Amino acid sequence: MNDLAHSELSDVELRVRALESILAEKGYIDPATVDALVEAYETRIGPRNGAKVVARAWADDDYAQWLRADATAAITSLGFGGRQGEHTLVVENTQDEHNLVVCTLCSCYPWPLLGLPPVWYKSAPYRSRAVMDPRSVLTDFGVSLPESTRIRVWDSTAELRYLVIPMRPAGTDGWSAEQLADLVTRDSMIGTGFALRPDQVVRQ
Amino acid sequence: MNGVHDMGGMMNFGPVEEEADEPAFHADWERRVFGLTLAASATGAFNIDMGRRARESIPPAEYLSSTYYEIWLAGLEKLLLETGLVSDDELASGTARMPAAPIKRVLKPQMVPSMLAVGSDSERPAETPVRFAAGDRVVTRNMHPMGHTRLPRYARGKRGVIEQVHGAHIFPDLNAHGLGEAPQRLYTVRFTGAELWGEDADPTLTTSIDAWESYLEPG
Repeated sequence: MNDLAHSELSDVELRVRALESILAEKGYIDPATVDALVEAYETRIGPRNGAKVVARAWADDDYAQWLRADATAAITSLGFGGRQGEHTLVVENTQDEHNLVVCTLCSCYPWPLLGLPPVWYKSAPYRSRAVMDPRSVLTDFGVSLPESTRIRVWDSTAELRYLVIPMRPAGTDGWSAEQLADLVTRDSMIGTGFALRPDQVVRQ
Repeated sequence: MNGVHDMGGMMNFGPVEEEADEPAFHADWERRVFGLTLAASATGAFNIDMGRRARESIPPAEYLSSTYYEIWLAGLEKLLLETGLVSDDELASGTARMPAAPIKRVLKPQMVPSMLAVGSDSERPAETPVRFAAGDRVVTRNMHPMGHTRLPRYARGKRGVIEQVHGAHIFPDLNAHGLGEAPQRLYTVRFTGAELWGEDADPTLTTSIDAWESYLEPG
């Protein structure tokens, strides 16, 4: 039974299984801890968190001001922060200026706000080109900016994490922060997309 | 190290391809590698900079042909071997053959939420007076260390402007090699596209890095 099960596993699966067995046998790790870590990032820690921060900033000028002055504290006040978000900065997109975040050296990303980075963010095409030719990267995402819009790229080379505040879509006057959060996509908080327009969202 | 991980400005990797409704993990083994890496880090046997150094030291051809979590797996195995927590023999056999090495702690499942919420702060009290102020012109060092660094190749020997002054943070170039935290002041330095990429660069582009003080000289 075991032999049969093993024969169906790939080399990498066998390697990982062996590694976990040794680490557990030697008492370095608890497999239930691995489950808990995975569960946190599959169910609780994801872009919905960042969307709440952005929506609050759109709906509440005082909060937006706090974010500009001390983003880490303002974000902590909403219950987000910690690992890979110990020092967070926000950058705001406008008609005149578009911000884009990358980590050319590895995969630095604001985990507490956006969860774990998608494969493209960690990929060679994105990491190589974002700092040199960001407009062509945006084209890959179907995003086109006016030629006059300045582009500011932030290469996360240290333990500072960046959250982009996208432009608030038109036609959302008077919306609550909860409603606005539905418009905030992951990509809009990295700078590879815009927030959704009201007509692009179907509310439950 | 001038490794292939240092990708800024390289060409010919093709388009950026986004996956619709991408899951956090694409296979169960990726889940385990992610969780094992965080749990093993919690033993205190190695730090985040050592983790990055281990992944970067994978030979270029192997690095480029590996998936992200394959790189994490190779990096974790390397760290466990370096720190003596496991042996080659054990990795090959999947069974413990030596007594366990002493570690600082074992992360228990109930500690996970608070561990994630607290994180691990890289900021330290500043040991020296601040050298640069916002608006100062600086030039980055032209250096090519064999060891770990967070100064990307495309931003070496370049003139920029200090945009923000941050606190002192653990210096990865030393911490990655177990040589101590040696905190240094951190700055956000902005460069024009033309400075980094020449006269054909997008005239609307500026790019910043976060640079430790010893990466910078007055410019």
